[in-house]
Amino acid sequence: MRDALAAIALPTGAIVAALGVFGLIVSFAGVDPVAVWVLLFKGAFGDAFSWQNTLQRAAPLMLTALCVALPARAGLTVIGGEGALVLGGLACAALAHALPLPANAVGTVLVCAAGALAGGLWIALAGWLRQVRGINETISSLLLAYVAIGLFKHLVEGPLRDPASLNKPSTPALGEGLLIGTIAGSDVHWGLVVGTLACLLAGLWLRFTPSGFSVCVVGGNPRAAQLVGLPATRLIVLACALGGAAAGVAGAIEVAAVHTNANASLIAGYGYAGILVAFIARHQPLAIIPVAILFGGFGAAGSLLQRRLGLPDASVLLLQGIAFVLILASEALRERDWKPLLAALGRFGPSDPVPVVLGTPEAPKGEPR
Amino acid sequence: MSAEQWLILVSGIVGGALRVGVPFLFVSLGECLTEKGGRINLGLEGVLVLSAMAAFGASYLSGSPWVGVLAAAAVGALLATLHGLLCALPRVNDIATGIALMLLGMGLAFYLGKPLIQPQAAQLPAIPLGFWSDAPAVRSALQINPLLPLGVLLALAMAWGFTHTRAGLLVRLAGDSAHAARALGYSVPGIRLAATAAGGCIAGLGGASLTLFYPGSWNEGISSGQGLIAVALVIFARWNPLRCVGAALLFGGAGAIGPALQSVGIGWGYHLFNTLPYALTLLILVLSCRPGQIVPGSPTELSSNR
Repeated sequence: MRDALAAIALPTGAIVAALGVFGLIVSFAGVDPVAVWVLLFKGAFGDAFSWQNTLQRAAPLMLTALCVALPARAGLTVIGGEGALVLGGLACAALAHALPLPANAVGTVLVCAAGALAGGLWIALAGWLRQVRGINETISSLLLAYVAIGLFKHLVEGPLRDPASLNKPSTPALGEGLLIGTIAGSDVHWGLVVGTLACLLAGLWLRFTPSGFSVCVVGGNPRAAQLVGLPATRLIVLACALGGAAAGVAGAIEVAAVHTNANASLIAGYGYAGILVAFIARHQPLAIIPVAILFGGFGAAGSLLQRRLGLPDASVLLLQGIAFVLILASEALRERDWKPLLAALGRFGPSDPVPVVLGTPEAPKGEPR
Repeated sequence: MSAEQWLILVSGIVGGALRVGVPFLFVSLGECLTEKGGRINLGLEGVLVLSAMAAFGASYLSGSPWVGVLAAAAVGALLATLHGLLCALPRVNDIATGIALMLLGMGLAFYLGKPLIQPQAAQLPAIPLGFWSDAPAVRSALQINPLLPLGVLLALAMAWGFTHTRAGLLVRLAGDSAHAARALGYSVPGIRLAATAAGGCIAGLGGASLTLFYPGSWNEGISSGQGLIAVALVIFARWNPLRCVGAALLFGGAGAIGPALQSVGIGWGYHLFNTLPYALTLLILVLSCRPGQIVPGSPTELSSNR
């Protein structure tokens, strides 16, 4: 219970503190911080219109956060979600362009599946490289993201380009029947439902299925997983593939619901914002839903800050950065006693030489998990 | 292609390597120093962007580009210090902190740098190394960034310092065996904090060369991930400062192939050529890594080896 409270109270406190620091920074620019806080709230959750704007942005964040959270549960830090998202959008547009798909829900599901496949393979490759070649997955997923973005630009400006798109190269638009519509009675597209469902399913998978539980064991205690004979490589690649598939679907939905074709607007940084969302949600799929909505809200309020108060459009990025730093710092307060924290603060001075027993048993380094 | 076109192409690639390679060089040297102390700093991307903005701002306000260079180094050291302090807290991992600082650095830079997008700031004077040639392509390619020789000297100094100075040996000790450093009575977090701050200071010089030499202006797309790529570059250079020079120039050259081909009228595959540095790094990692072993030359305490 106490842990659950801490898990909610600490990030909440950190976000409140971040809002405070942010208010301090804008007050240097001569802007009233209270007005900023009010506008942030209004722009994110003030009325039906801002709620719609918020939820619109939350959908891709939920899916890209899964791209970080699922591999993280298997013990991997994957930060290349942007690449999976971009390739997912590209695969969606390319399939719609190449095949005469049925112009109904079946076709829409097919183009989204293409996105899932492309993104899933891309991140699975990073997991596979780690297990089979011992390459650090953080770095490989990042490199793969840059390769994906280059590939995307090459194809969108070259072989897949719609000749009619003059000043902004893009692929031919998806047919009317393939587009994802809005939920009845609102302006929010169905991507929100997909994102929420994906988070729910991911949570259920980790919690209630043997394979999901095995993934958690592999991530939480590799030695135990080895002892009970879990297929670590297969499980890690599976977790990466599912995460990548989620980010790929995010890209496909952005194409089919927002842009109607694949163009450079797809590279909007959702992949990197998803890292932040996943870390704040402590890689718990169910917790991703509210955190993604909160950060979607920050994004939605950003344009309002710009229009009403004349703050730069980077204000939201700054707020996110401050929030992330403070949330990480708040991790240190998670202890029941304050000794480790005080020890950390006192560790910068020279210490007395400590006798090191020869042959201190240390965890063997660099072993395949 | 005619001989003249070949000349333009080759000098474009060489010139690009010398221009684009400089930020890569400083960031990879900074990352190298940080990692030698046993810590990864992905936040150097944020350091690079923020120091680029600081360099431009200071040069614009003072009228002297060298003031801008100093400002960039100072700002880089400050932001990296924050990384060092955060990482010293219990249960905070350096990868996550790096991503957080990347966001924070970019946010601060874009927020504070808004008024700097329009104006021109005083630029660093180029060293004309192409005086011997009468081909304009060669001359323009060999307009050298004055920070480049400084970076090469810094690499030499670091390589020497890691083996011949007490400070250098201490950094390596903290990176290879925290236990041994503690047993000798040194503060491992203290050493790592110093290495991280100094690394940020060096990376800041890379930011200065972005806004004060090439491309030579401040905008929000000033960095295309050089700070993140530095981590891969350091692996490629096997944590050796001298190899960082070669790796940075190779990266710069690979990134310059696309624009150089465009200048002789070949536009095909521009973006594909731009991904060459990343694909190349990945290929090198595939060839040089072995499962169950750490990369040769890697500091054992790095979180990527756990």
